[in-house]
Order: sequence, then structure tokens, then C-alpha cells
Amino acid sequence: MIVAEQKPLEEIKGLLAEAKRVLVVGCGTCVTVCFAGGEKEAGILATSLRMASKIDGQPKDVTHTTVQRQCEWEYIDSLGDQIREADIVLSVGCGVGVQALVERFPEAWVVPGLNTAFMGMPTEQGVWEERCAACGSCILGLTGGICPIARCAKQLLNGPCGGSQNGVCEISKDLPCAWQLIYDRLKSQNRLHLITQIQPPKDWSTSRDGGPRRITREDLRLAAEVSE
Amino acid sequence: MSAEQLNGFKSGSRLERVLRAGHFAVTAELGPPQAADAEVIRKKAALLKGFCEAANITDNQTAIVRMSSIGAGTLALQEGLEPVIQMTCRDRNRLAIQSDLLGAYALGMRNVLCLTGDHQSFGNHPTAKNVHDLDSVQLIQMVVEMRDKKTFQCGDEIKGVEPRFFVGAAANPFGDPFEWRPYRLAKKVEAGADFIQTQLIYNIERFAEYMQKVRELGLHERVYLLAGIGPLKSPGMAKYMRDQVPGMDVPNELVDRMTQAADGINREDKKARAEAWRREGIRIAIEQIQQLRQMEGVAGVHIMAIEWEEAVKLLVEGAGLFPRPEPASVPETDTGLTQ
Repeated sequence: MIVAEQKPLEEIKGLLAEAKRVLVVGCGTCVTVCFAGGEKEAGILATSLRMASKIDGQPKDVTHTTVQRQCEWEYIDSLGDQIREADIVLSVGCGVGVQALVERFPEAWVVPGLNTAFMGMPTEQGVWEERCAACGSCILGLTGGICPIARCAKQLLNGPCGGSQNGVCEISKDLPCAWQLIYDRLKSQNRLHLITQIQPPKDWSTSRDGGPRRITREDLRLAAEVSE
Repeated sequence: MSAEQLNGFKSGSRLERVLRAGHFAVTAELGPPQAADAEVIRKKAALLKGFCEAANITDNQTAIVRMSSIGAGTLALQEGLEPVIQMTCRDRNRLAIQSDLLGAYALGMRNVLCLTGDHQSFGNHPTAKNVHDLDSVQLIQMVVEMRDKKTFQCGDEIKGVEPRFFVGAAANPFGDPFEWRPYRLAKKVEAGADFIQTQLIYNIERFAEYMQKVRELGLHERVYLLAGIGPLKSPGMAKYMRDQVPGMDVPNELVDRMTQAADGINREDKKARAEAWRREGIRIAIEQIQQLRQMEGVAGVHIMAIEWEEAVKLLVEGAGLFPRPEPASVPETDTGLTQ
């Protein structure tokens, strides 16, 4: 899932500035599961902003709503009336959600209430960890299902570096060394031969380095568009 | 200068010639200043010249901005000290690395050490974006192919003078997983590294264990391995290295020796205590050099006397490694020492 966390309230207040009517838009998918921008969090944030604006002497009219999926136009189309009534839209979806709203409602001013952090999973109650960096060219088959692009601080393909000690990365005692994990797993599977070969330089063009990415599936496109 | 004109040497560097002649080699380290001060390099170079074959010029060591390795290396070369350019993957992508290496070679550099680079979170720009387009193994491969295949990383031919470097890499025998370390070294050798400089060695027994495995894999016959030596300055430094530096193994016995070195000296006499500690640090390092010299597969030492360049002379003389050998020469224009 996409993991995000709410921006500090002060920063959000700064983004809302002079606006009188604020619409907080939550999302029912990833950010609900990670307790950052679902219906509940959108409601709490709206209340906090209402109270804060009163304390600051400039009361705002803050309402909130949540769509099932903020990253698809068909789920946000229904927001048109509410958005037109607001001076500003505060999205507590991920960065994709914010941009989906902007693209659908170009006349609206949309600002983010979350910092979108990474693609990951909860590893214990209240803890989320990154697992995938969406590099566009998956090598998990070579590394025992543990991703060095997402989980090694230096994205090494021929790790571990000299900073791996007692299973942790040199940059933090809370960070497991991805290459220690890879080594342990391949050893237990009797597949260490997979990392004795030199991994050549990675083709980063499939990653963000190639520019914004796009996938086109001709088999799924509507016939009219394909024939154009 | 083409390969044929180098009398069979890959680069013709002094370091390469000394190692090829079978001498026990000495390299040192020169840390550039955090300023554009050429005089600092000249002074440090003067302290090292004649006591080592070449000196590593660090590349934004510990992720702190310093004068560039190639810039400082050029100054060292002018002083008659052969540099080993350090090149990390942290700050440059494959375009920048290759372009810098072309420039470095044109300026007379002949040795390069290929490193991953310390993480930026340790340095003075922790909010910087790191690059890591390549890792150190891939970097070695790229520099070797520029030399031996005359190609850029993309496969295009280098139409003109190819940079012919003596290619080095680092190894940390004490990083984890310990049993995997010789295999990671094997990858660097396979990538084409000509020489290896190890992380600081304090635990000689554990290093011997590592070397045993290195020999079993036959790596000592394919690469020159220079063992890392760092004279301790004080018990505080020894404890810090033991407890705080990832991948460092400092036995308690050495910490005790450093502590005891100042026994009987008045606590108020800080200067006398510091001198006693330094003397002991030098004594320990000389013993270590002598032990390492006996170890099969150790082709030399790499002395890292951080901000204590004077120590190199003391160690080299104390270990009986002075004067440094004068290896067979290649035409003078190759050595990079004529500018």
C-alpha cells in the first residue's frame, strides 16, 4: 500500500492561509489503512482546523468528505458541488489523490494535508516499513525476495557495503541491513550462488530517472481510442 | 600513452611498479581541507613524499565537503607525491565519474580507488540526495573497461587516449556477514581490481582468519592486498573506534595498552600524556605492520593517519620500510610526474 502521514498542523494552517471555506477530502483506500487520511482522520482534522481557526480569531467553515478512491476520476466526479462551494480543498489522499483532484477540477485550489512517504506494509501495530521503490525492473528473483533498491541505504546491487554490522545498517541501529537479510535468506535456501555473480549497472530508465512513467495496455483500451 | 608503450604495465604508476617488482608497498592518506587552500595540500604532501609510493586523496570523506580529490591530487602531483584518486558512487552518476576520470588522467593521475562512499547522513549535508547510480563493484568494472576495452560504460568506443588507471578497491574484513566478506572481495577481484586497501585492522587474529579464506579462494594471487593501518592517538580514540564506528574491530587489549601508556604521568600534564599515548600508538602500529608483513598474501600496508601525517614517517622508518624502493621506470612521461 501507499503509506503516508499527516503534515504538522502548523504547516497545514499555513497552506490554508486566508481561505474561509475549507473542504477536507479523505480517501478510502491506502491512506485509510495506514490511518493517515481516511474518513476518521479527515473528520478529526476538520474539527482541529475549525477549533484552531477559532482560537486564531479567524473562524473557518471546515467541512469534510471521503471518497472511496481519490486516485480515480470516476470516484471523485461526485465531489463537484462541494468543491465549487469551497475556497480551498485540503486533500488527505496521497500525492496521486491531490493531483487527480487538480486534473478533474482545474478551477479549484487543492493543497496536500499529507506527506506521501513510500510503498510499504505494517510490520507491527503502528509501524510501517518501505518495501518497494517502483524501479520498474524487479530483481527480487535474484535477491531472495528482499529488495536492495528500496531497503539498502545505498541501493547496492552488489552488497553489503563495509558498514553492515551485527545485522544493522551503518546509518541507524533501527535499520536492518538489507544485504544481511538477503545473505541470510539465500544461505538458508542454499542459493548463495545467486549473489556471487556481479550484477551489472542497473538500467534506471524504467525508474523515476527516465521521467514520469506511463503504462499503456492496448488490449484494455477502448476500441474507439485505439482506432484513432 | 598506449598500452604498448607502458612496457606491460597497466598504468605505469609508481604504486603499480613497486608492487609488480615484488616490494612490500606503502600507501598513505591525504585528507584535503574543507576550503580552497592549496598550501594545506603542499604541506601534507611534503610530509608524505618519500615515505610512501602513493597517497590516497579522499573524496568528500565521511560525506563532508572538501576540496575535490582530483584538484588536491593535482597539487600533490606538483609536489612530487603520487596520488590515488578516490572516487565514490555517492556524489556522481556514471557520466560524471567517467568525465572526471578522463580529466584526472589528462592531469597525470594514474591510480584510482573505487568506493561506494560513506552515507550522506554522516556528513555536513545530511539533507543531500545521494546518487548511487553504480555501486563500487560496477565502478571497478567500468574503470577497467575504459582501460582494457577502450570503451565507455555504454559500450561506445573511446576514440583517442583512454584513461589507463591502476584500479583499486576497498575491503572491510570486519564487516558483517564476516563469512561473506572474502566472497565480496572476490567480486571486486572478478570485476578487475588491481589492488585492494583494507579497512583499519586492529584485530590481527581475526584478519588472519579472513586472509586464510582469501588464500583459499586464490585471491591473493590475483590482486595486491594492502592492509589498513591506523596509529591510535589516544585511549579515547581507541574506545571510539571500538564502540562507535561501524565495521571496526578494536580488541580491548589495545585499548588497555593505550590507557596504560600514560600511567605514572601527572593527570595535569596533558601534553606529556598525549605524547605518551602517541608514542604507544606508533609502537602498536609498528608491531602490527611487522605482523602483517609476515602474512602470506599481504602485499603492503595502507597507512591512514588521519590529521597526523607526521606519523607516516615514524611508522615507515620504525618498521624498517625506509627508504622506499625505486622501481624500474617507464618513460618519464607516463608516470604523471612531469607537468
